[in-house]
Amino acid sequence: MHYQKYRLIIPFLLPAILLYGVFVVWPYAQAIYISLTSWRGVSGNKPFVGLENYQRLWEDERFHEALTRNGQLLVVLPLVTIAIALTFGALFTQGSQQIRGAGFYRIVFFFPQIIPAVIVGILWSYVYTPNIGLLNGILRAVGLGDVSTSWLTDPSTVLWAIAAVAIWSSVGFYMVIFLASMQSIPTSFYEAAILDGATRWTSFRDITFPLIWETIRTSIIYLAIAALDFFILIVVVSGGSTTMGARRAEVAALYLYNQAFDSSRWGYASAIGVVLLILTLLLSLGIMRATRRETYEF
Amino acid sequence: MHVDVIQPGEEPRSLTGPQIAGARLGLSNFTVNAVAQLLLAFWAIVVIFPFVWMIVTSLKTDPEILSSPWTLPTALQWDNFSRAWTQAHIGRFFINTAIVLAGSLTGTLLVSSMAAYVLARFTFPGRQVLFYGFIAGLMFPVFLALVPLYFLVNNLNLLATYQGLILVYIAYSLPFTIFFLTAFFKTLPNELGEAAILDGASQYQIFFQIMLPLARPGLIAMGIFNFLGQWNQFLLPLVLMPSEDKYLLSQGLYFLAVQQSYQNDYGALFAAMVITMVPTLIIYVLFQRRLESGLTAGALKG
Repeated sequence: MHYQKYRLIIPFLLPAILLYGVFVVWPYAQAIYISLTSWRGVSGNKPFVGLENYQRLWEDERFHEALTRNGQLLVVLPLVTIAIALTFGALFTQGSQQIRGAGFYRIVFFFPQIIPAVIVGILWSYVYTPNIGLLNGILRAVGLGDVSTSWLTDPSTVLWAIAAVAIWSSVGFYMVIFLASMQSIPTSFYEAAILDGATRWTSFRDITFPLIWETIRTSIIYLAIAALDFFILIVVVSGGSTTMGARRAEVAALYLYNQAFDSSRWGYASAIGVVLLILTLLLSLGIMRATRRETYEF
Repeated sequence: MHVDVIQPGEEPRSLTGPQIAGARLGLSNFTVNAVAQLLLAFWAIVVIFPFVWMIVTSLKTDPEILSSPWTLPTALQWDNFSRAWTQAHIGRFFINTAIVLAGSLTGTLLVSSMAAYVLARFTFPGRQVLFYGFIAGLMFPVFLALVPLYFLVNNLNLLATYQGLILVYIAYSLPFTIFFLTAFFKTLPNELGEAAILDGASQYQIFFQIMLPLARPGLIAMGIFNFLGQWNQFLLPLVLMPSEDKYLLSQGLYFLAVQQSYQNDYGALFAAMVITMVPTLIIYVLFQRRLESGLTAGALKG
């Protein structure tokens, strides 16, 4: 019996362990080692330099700028996405009946989430294009032509123009999550609140919000990680990883990508990656601690 | 008053909590509904409009595209689509993507279901460590592994090959797929397997002839999930497929967009975007409900 059991277990696990070990675990482990070398170019020679890359990162102005942009995204992405998604979630459920067209809205709002990021990115790059773009066209049409700008090269707008795309594509996803969570709250809670004279707003604040807090919390962590990993949209929307727009919106992961695949500074790029990973882990833990509340069982 | 009218053979139809509350709270329902409709309709337009614009633009000539974002095409330029398919090589990229996905999806489902089955239904030393080891892969950002991965694939002589990308796709799909299928296999009843053993079936027969068919809903869910994830994948092919005749769709589309600055064919670019979007659109229309619950369940558990 035992013999037969292991004759199944081992061959069944082996392909997964091998693939995962070779293509996932090993590269991550190597990244840490490479970050301790000054490996450049295509030679196999990797001179060990200890923590020198990290020391240089500490003083690297460009890295600081990039991290600052990550910090801004870290505040804006979760806040705005969750605020919009929660509002829509509440609008779906707060009316006296299921809102008309609920099914339709749900399908539409969720849609951008499943569209390839590349399409979303290219599409929006044309929305933002100065002359033939949709956005400036709309602004001119409603008489706000003065506001129109070259969104993707103007240093004050480029990062936010691209962040707006991220928000646009993920609001529907978070709305659906919040809806699922809201719809599991028992009716009796609201009936009791009405007897106590609750209004629409107070019942949302005192019942809905605390009861779906766990879901909101998970979403905050997700969006915070997304804010640290942010860069594919920047590359696609601004038309390349080294364009002027991309440079002006450069975040840490994009800096890593350019250091690696544009400048072949593999060691330095890996050090950026390790710092980002550590920041991600610390941030997730930090948010989990900071957002811990009493959980309500129902 | 909340009353469920239950007809014979019908599930009780009930309103959700907040809906009941809404009926009793202050503001008139009419006002609230009107405001809600306005906001929801506004967002629906914000979401749909760019896609409609993309489809309309894909049917215009270049001079029309460059003159104004608003005008409709005077004649529908289906030629844009054939140019995108042949001259812009979208047809070839489409086939490349299909080849890679055929291999990687089959591989992902097979390798993950075998591992998940063992992790879910057998006890052996190191099982927990292994399970959490796989799950840990969900936390690490892919770009951290990009540099070593590029050299690893290169050293294995797999750079710019279908096989190389297939293996990497499978490896990076394992964490979530194993996580999901392990939970799924745990819910399957034990009795069937036990009965089969008494009938003299081998463990392999039990897995392939009894358990896999039973796990079909889970496999379909993960098939759809991974189809979308792998179809939309951009970073891995960008780094691991540096030869133009083997570009995948999203990668080819990206380079096509970048080239527009010196090689103008906007019509073909927009047509190429529409072509790339079609498979995702079909999957979404067919499996919308299942997809939505699958994706969000993944987020909530993860």
